[in-house]
Amino acid sequence: MSLRRIKAIAKKEIIQVWRDPRSLMVVLLMPLMQMALLGYGVNLDIKHVPICVFDREGSQQSQALMKAFQASLYFRIVETERDYGAVKRAIDGGRCKMAVVIPPDFSQDLAATNSASVQAILDATDDNTANIALGYAQAVVASYSGNVQLERTQSLGQPPSAIPAVAQYRVWFNEDLVSRDFIMPGVVALVLALVGAQLTSLTISREWERGTMEVLVSTPVTRMELMTGKILPYFFIGLLDATLCLVIAVFWFETPFRGAITTLFVTTSLFLIVVLGLGYFISASIRSQVGASQIALVVTLLPTTLLSGFAFPIEQMPPAIQGLTFLVPARYYFSILKSVFLKGSGLADLVAPIVLLALYATIIGLLAARAFRKTLG
Amino acid sequence: MNDAPAAEIRIVADRLTKRFGDFVAVNEVSFEAKRGEIMGFLGPNGAGKSTTIRILCGLLRPSSGRAEVAGLDVARYPERVRENIGYMSQKFSLYNDLSVTENLRFFGGVYGVKGARLAERLDFAIDMAGLKGREDALVADLSGGWKQRLALGAAVMHEPAILFLDEPTSGVDPESRRRFWDLIYTLAGEDVCVVITTHYMDEAEYCNRIALINGGKLVALGSPGELKRSAIRGEILLVEGDDPGAMLEALEAAPAVRDVAPFGSSLHIVVDDAARDLPAIKALLGERALGWSRIEPIKPTLEDVFVQLVAGDGARGGAQ
Repeated sequence: MSLRRIKAIAKKEIIQVWRDPRSLMVVLLMPLMQMALLGYGVNLDIKHVPICVFDREGSQQSQALMKAFQASLYFRIVETERDYGAVKRAIDGGRCKMAVVIPPDFSQDLAATNSASVQAILDATDDNTANIALGYAQAVVASYSGNVQLERTQSLGQPPSAIPAVAQYRVWFNEDLVSRDFIMPGVVALVLALVGAQLTSLTISREWERGTMEVLVSTPVTRMELMTGKILPYFFIGLLDATLCLVIAVFWFETPFRGAITTLFVTTSLFLIVVLGLGYFISASIRSQVGASQIALVVTLLPTTLLSGFAFPIEQMPPAIQGLTFLVPARYYFSILKSVFLKGSGLADLVAPIVLLALYATIIGLLAARAFRKTLG
Repeated sequence: MNDAPAAEIRIVADRLTKRFGDFVAVNEVSFEAKRGEIMGFLGPNGAGKSTTIRILCGLLRPSSGRAEVAGLDVARYPERVRENIGYMSQKFSLYNDLSVTENLRFFGGVYGVKGARLAERLDFAIDMAGLKGREDALVADLSGGWKQRLALGAAVMHEPAILFLDEPTSGVDPESRRRFWDLIYTLAGEDVCVVITTHYMDEAEYCNRIALINGGKLVALGSPGELKRSAIRGEILLVEGDDPGAMLEALEAAPAVRDVAPFGSSLHIVVDDAARDLPAIKALLGERALGWSRIEPIKPTLEDVFVQLVAGDGARGGAQ
């Protein structure tokens, strides 16, 4: 290995990235856009579900229940209907996900039997949203009836009845159960995988396409020197992007960060080597820029979103698919990031995923170096 | 030529063959080239010139045969061979998005040139390309002739003993071509062994020796003078007239004429003895009422050699 040759290649690569608007866009704009898109877009919490209400009674009590729905962050009343036909049209037309119908004898029942029912009609074409919305609706109604009960006992001049036993949950690591806190580490892993592989996917194929490779292979530069010289600048660019993503995750999306920066640096470096090596491998194997870039996209996007545990919990996958997830480097990095962010795990806690990631980096590096051949045709 | 001492020999090609599937691109090509020699590969497109050069640079593995460059077996020591060669590919292969100096520094770097020598070679290459004062210009903004001289400068950053130039002058104006050849002569004068491919006949005349290649085979090898003497059996007559097409047809049938070939708007015909056969040919053209403005013996050009040898080779190939 000649340091001089590695330096010459790395320097050339940096100049080229700096002068190529497309590369600069991949380097700077892509991580920003993806962080924004995924940070805001992928949100498993449901808020402001559009609903309509059909108050068949119009009493003080029924209006109070409506207000409870209105006040809830989870719902937004977009329409008030006057008959079932209108309710049906609102749901069929997709304007509302749920309709709340208050029966004409609501306040009467409430006064007489101390219980009344409310009808909820749900659009279950998206069963996940429907389920969650129903859960929230039940919560709103439950809190409303609690208030009614309290008022009643107070108006009767009695002391509040003993509070019935209530199960109390204590959630660790993501106390607010905010899905975004769980998602942000995954978004960082996804963005780095995408950007990393994109960065290097063009580096060899571009030289083949432009015809510059023909002379480069006639020089004494070796495969290892070429790979090192070409990956090194992108490694630093990747670290820059990683910093950018992490800063956005912590300071913009306010993801709690409990770990140490060094843990993050070590593991991120390893993951970067893996994804940069992957992009280089693809670039060296496929001599067209468009082809290499697209394959790099597919190879990183699909497994990282589907098989890293980011969108679907790995424990819930069929055993065969679970086995497959071990081949996805983002799986390790995602679990590391989650632990570092939410649990504050240190290097010692993460030995297993770090070793696996390092193994991955070694194998990809060897494959990538071998994929490049210093011959034509 | 053959009695040159071993140290003088820079390139040995020994029955080099390259097949791509069923297609034989290079067929048992053997030759030697010495230091300070300009060796030209002449032949039509697809004849196998570039493939031969790429094998010698170690960019393609030969299907059979052996290549030795700078005293080293190319298949066994490709990297050491590459330290001793400079290569200019057919397609322009410098970085368009880098400046003149950045390109030269890059190639200096990958060739392992450093320190004071790098600065000196940088000056040399910029001077040679005539790019003084334009060191920071992007290569994309340079015109063809400059690009080509800069590519040559990049290829000699490490002062290689052997230089391979694959159609370096294609698509360049005549003035730039002439300047480029001046540079090649200078390099050869400094003992560099230059192998250059071309399909310009006039350029081939500048070479010390020519390897005529057609259909992957080495058809002839020798100095331009030698080739003209040995390849042309007979003499050449130049014929110019109003209707070259009809004349060509008529002359092909004439008994005295061994061969006819169009050269631009005129014809070159090969006869055994110009003085003896001239009246018969004039008579024949008169008989057919074909007017001529000029019929006279001329010295054979390399193009005549080329037509003779390539046509002859084709005939032999057809007879097999």
